[in-house]
Amino acid sequence: MSDASLNNPVLGNAAAEPYDSNFSDYFALLKPRVMALVVFTALIGLIAAPGSIHPMIGFCAILFIAVGGGASGALNMWWDADIDAVMKRTRNRPVPSGRITGQEALGFGITLTGFSVVMLALATNLVAAGLLAFTIFFYIVIYTMWLKRWTPQNIVIGGAAGAFPPMIGWAAATGTISIESLMMFSLTFMWTPPHFWALALFTQQDYDNAEVPMLTVTHGRRSTRIHILVYTLLLAALAIALAYTSVGGPIYLVGALLLNAQFVRGAIGIWRRDEEASQADRFLTERKFFKASLLYLFAHFGLIGVEALLAPFGLGGW
Amino acid sequence: MSLSRQHEMHNRRFSRNLGLGIVLAAFVALVFGLTMVKVKTDDFTVPLSQEVN
Repeated sequence: MSDASLNNPVLGNAAAEPYDSNFSDYFALLKPRVMALVVFTALIGLIAAPGSIHPMIGFCAILFIAVGGGASGALNMWWDADIDAVMKRTRNRPVPSGRITGQEALGFGITLTGFSVVMLALATNLVAAGLLAFTIFFYIVIYTMWLKRWTPQNIVIGGAAGAFPPMIGWAAATGTISIESLMMFSLTFMWTPPHFWALALFTQQDYDNAEVPMLTVTHGRRSTRIHILVYTLLLAALAIALAYTSVGGPIYLVGALLLNAQFVRGAIGIWRRDEEASQADRFLTERKFFKASLLYLFAHFGLIGVEALLAPFGLGGW
Repeated sequence: MSLSRQHEMHNRRFSRNLGLGIVLAAFVALVFGLTMVKVKTDDFTVPLSQEVN
């Protein structure tokens, strides 16, 4: 880029201000916070898998899965720039704020997609690379381009994209898909709807403005509260059942029982409340549930990791 | 007229170039390390076509 970019009108109102994106702008395109979840769950999938993997290959696998997740984030920001621009939560992202153009985000995302899939195939195996490619395709084409603006079930089906990383980690170590990796997938898949619906309850105006058909907009807030409770109950059953697979064990079971008791209690609290009570305390219960949901997922995968790490000492597992 | 004053844009550009340089150097090191691990594993075999040559 030449110094002609001093007059680049990318910034809209700030057109008079010169701008040339820096490294951190590109890093922000990768959605680092989402990437942290991807890295963590993929790592747990990798270490919970039977057999052993060389640490260098394991490191490369996690890195390329993370880069693939970041590529999805960049492509999502390219396509959703119009939505991001009207939502308070997302208007400072690099594309809507003008720090990076949509075309740059597109090129960056496509390049990283090809890079991450090819490198994962070379470092591990074709099953893991195929799953990563499918995850990116699912997140961008099925969720971002199609479902997100079309159906209130967008979060339910789109949640699958965020649920694949532990399966990819498992496949990187074993080259296969198994009931354990499918259940780890299901854990994140079932967790996603209550997590995002709780967020939608206290950021309703954002989704209204962006015309995204969230459940709160299309079916109303009462229906959303019922949905949160139903999905939380299903999630709790699944999370506890996971304790009885080869990746679970008594430590996981005790932790899962406590976490799910608290989570179901939170969901009942949301279900029992009406809008008047919620607005009176500025959605305190919904905000607490949303925060607890973050801990919930990290703790479950953390417990699976603890079981896997204790197994060599004869302590983990059944 | 002197153009020596460093514009803030140049700082951002430098940060981007430096970051990219570090990423590329890390990638070279990563590929080297990965290659060494791969060729030292027990199941590594030289492709038949290269053995003939």
